[in-house]
Amino acid sequence: MIAESGHYALVLALGLALIQSIVPLIGARLCDDALMNVARSTALAQLLFVGASFIALVTLHVNSDFSVANVYENSHSMKPLLYKITGVWGNHEGSMLLWVLILALFGGLVAAFGNNLPLSLRAHVLAVQAWIASAFYLFILVTSNPFLRIANPPIEGRDLNPVLQDIGLAVHPPMLYLGYVGFSISFSFAIAALLEGRIDAAWARWVRPWTLVAWIFLTLGIAMGSYWAYYELGWGGWWFWDPVENASLMPWLAGTALLHSALVMEKRNALKVWTILLSILTFSLSLLGTFLVRSGVITSVHAFATDPTRGVFILLILCLFIGGSLSLFAGRATSLKQGGLFAPISREGALVLNNLLLTVACAVVLFGTLYPLAMEMLADFKMSVGAPFYNLTFAPLFTLLLLAVPFGPLLAWKRGDLLGVTQRLLAAGVAGLVAVAIVWGWASGGSTLAPLAIGLGIFVIAGAVTDIVERTGLVRLPFATALHRARGLPRSAWGSAFAHAGLGVALIGIVCETTWNSEYIATMKQNDVAHVAGYDVKLDGLFQRQGPNFHEMIAEFNVSHDGEKLSVMTPSKRSFTTRGSSTTEAALLTRGASQLYISLGDATAEGAIAVRIYHKPLVLLIWWGPVLMAFGGVLSLSDRRLRVGAPKPARAKQRLQPAE
Amino acid sequence: MTRKQRRMTIIGGSLAVLALAAALVLNALRDSIVFFSTPTMVAEKHVAPGKRFRLGGLVQPGSLQRGDNLAVTFEVADGGAKLPVAFKGILPDLFREGQGVVAEGALDADGVFKADTVLAKHDETYMPKDVADALKKQGHWKDDYGAKASDGVKPGATTAQGNPQGAVR
Repeated sequence: MIAESGHYALVLALGLALIQSIVPLIGARLCDDALMNVARSTALAQLLFVGASFIALVTLHVNSDFSVANVYENSHSMKPLLYKITGVWGNHEGSMLLWVLILALFGGLVAAFGNNLPLSLRAHVLAVQAWIASAFYLFILVTSNPFLRIANPPIEGRDLNPVLQDIGLAVHPPMLYLGYVGFSISFSFAIAALLEGRIDAAWARWVRPWTLVAWIFLTLGIAMGSYWAYYELGWGGWWFWDPVENASLMPWLAGTALLHSALVMEKRNALKVWTILLSILTFSLSLLGTFLVRSGVITSVHAFATDPTRGVFILLILCLFIGGSLSLFAGRATSLKQGGLFAPISREGALVLNNLLLTVACAVVLFGTLYPLAMEMLADFKMSVGAPFYNLTFAPLFTLLLLAVPFGPLLAWKRGDLLGVTQRLLAAGVAGLVAVAIVWGWASGGSTLAPLAIGLGIFVIAGAVTDIVERTGLVRLPFATALHRARGLPRSAWGSAFAHAGLGVALIGIVCETTWNSEYIATMKQNDVAHVAGYDVKLDGLFQRQGPNFHEMIAEFNVSHDGEKLSVMTPSKRSFTTRGSSTTEAALLTRGASQLYISLGDATAEGAIAVRIYHKPLVLLIWWGPVLMAFGGVLSLSDRRLRVGAPKPARAKQRLQPAE
Repeated sequence: MTRKQRRMTIIGGSLAVLALAAALVLNALRDSIVFFSTPTMVAEKHVAPGKRFRLGGLVQPGSLQRGDNLAVTFEVADGGAKLPVAFKGILPDLFREGQGVVAEGALDADGVFKADTVLAKHDETYMPKDVADALKKQGHWKDDYGAKASDGVKPGATTAQGNPQGAVR
């Protein structure tokens, strides 16, 4: 009964989405307020019905109703409750349902909090949202229905993939989807602007908070996914340049560019056409990501099932939306008015450079992701493009970007003074060089590029500090005045400083981890001691334990440093009987920002066990950086100017009233 | 500067960055791409020693031998040819004889494939897609694999990174 209601609710949501796709547009054409307002009620009702459908699926999973195919294939009655719930989106059908739920959520938010939007703009935005929603409802109902029943219900389920039975599954996919799908809003705004043939600075003010929200979640989602892979897969890698990771990185790069170009548009009314194009591209890349991950063209942890009809269906959606929006753009973009002028050396110029480097870096990642696929299809030979390719292409581009980052916020709008900015950044540059010298002298071994990269990281962080110091006048003015000015500084200034500093922090973490990572692999017997990076790791013994739906072997290690006992670490190896597969649960010991990492291999007949121990210096900075960036994003979002639904200047309101 | 000059500056800058990116990509394509081969393809093409590639196939049953200090040797077969593989390190959780495997490394002078990475997937019914395609193409595909693979496979990747330089790096 629950499954059928869930299915029915989804069909109703499709019906509502179809109404929402058409009626508001007719209303906008006829200038009929009542018809345009239909969008608002249908968007909210749609959210209600998808929500109900999703809750139905969660209930089925929690109740372990194995008469439903999706539950049978991905659940087990002995599975802990948390994983019964998170298992809902640990499979293809459920994750697509989560996708549309989040899409409906964003649509609902625009409907509920978009009261200050001009009526026709809101009608257009919600109609475009409904086009996307209809396509994906159809996709779910036709090819990936999670509510299908099995004729002869089995008594036990097949359990969830053990790798996914982790708290990471509760956080990573929803966060990532909030990011991915959140960009649909800026896409809808862009299409609405093209349909209306009108765009101005106020438009950017409405788009920016939504883009920022999506960007914050995407940043955290990617970081979370990376940390999850790091501790779950058992060999301490945190980024693999896997096509699926690239699929999330590309919208992030484009979204970051969008965030910055929208700033130019809002402040200076320039780069309008480019911002529209970026909005379209960012969401197109999100769709491409969904296609790559969900169609089975790529084998990875994320490709749940390979069903060709699904691939073809998503490819159709992809072509329809990307092709349609780009044609619309080509047709209408020229009608948008030219914006403000600026000199190449100016804040706008710096943001253009930022956009250029980010989009080119994104294009390089896109090339690296699609090239093997294209070669396989066209020339019929297989290859893989991995870290070496990106180290030679992505890294130099990002180095250029990072060098430019501290200059941007210090340049004046319209016409900047590069020499003056360089002088003000002198302290930051010196800090970077000192860091290079110190690391060079202190570190032994590793690449000669490593100290330079760390110096660059310090330069970026010091540059962000310089920005704040300059704005508050901390050095020039009395301390009390500076404090007062700091309080008066817009939150978005603090936000950009934190986000930029986060980049530097992440860079330092990446360089330290890859350069000075120590690794120890050996078979250990009881009482054997391993020496890794000054730590003594002693194997105390092996124990067996029975978990709820698995059996595990735990190894107990005593860790000491310079004779001082630190901690006991217990990595384990779990075997899941239902699937006959096993997972490695690594043990982590955090010391400052560094970590000691132990994972287990196979046990031998003589009671010895293969052990892998890593010492990863400053590895946590890799994820603290993105957290700092996201924090900067939140600060910026809390800026009154950008708050979702905040009242805006009356002048802007008048300008965007529908022409009557 | 006029509007036109400013626009030209921006377009020129964009072209410069694009040219830089294109140069970087072309340079990287020359030597950082890793190709995929099966033992039969290796035998036919006479791959030079030292050239990195990915080897895919089935682990020959009965060929797995464990040596001292985590050294492992096994044979990868695709029905047509067999290739000995040497690896040092911890094999992934689901490395099994008779199952699909993908290893990355290079041939040494004796024609042994020295792998530094072994990929296997986290599912008992899993067959790496590259391997499955290659086997199908060579006509060694058993319907059995297909039946298993369509049975709701949800693989998760694990990778074993070997350690060519010895125990402590």
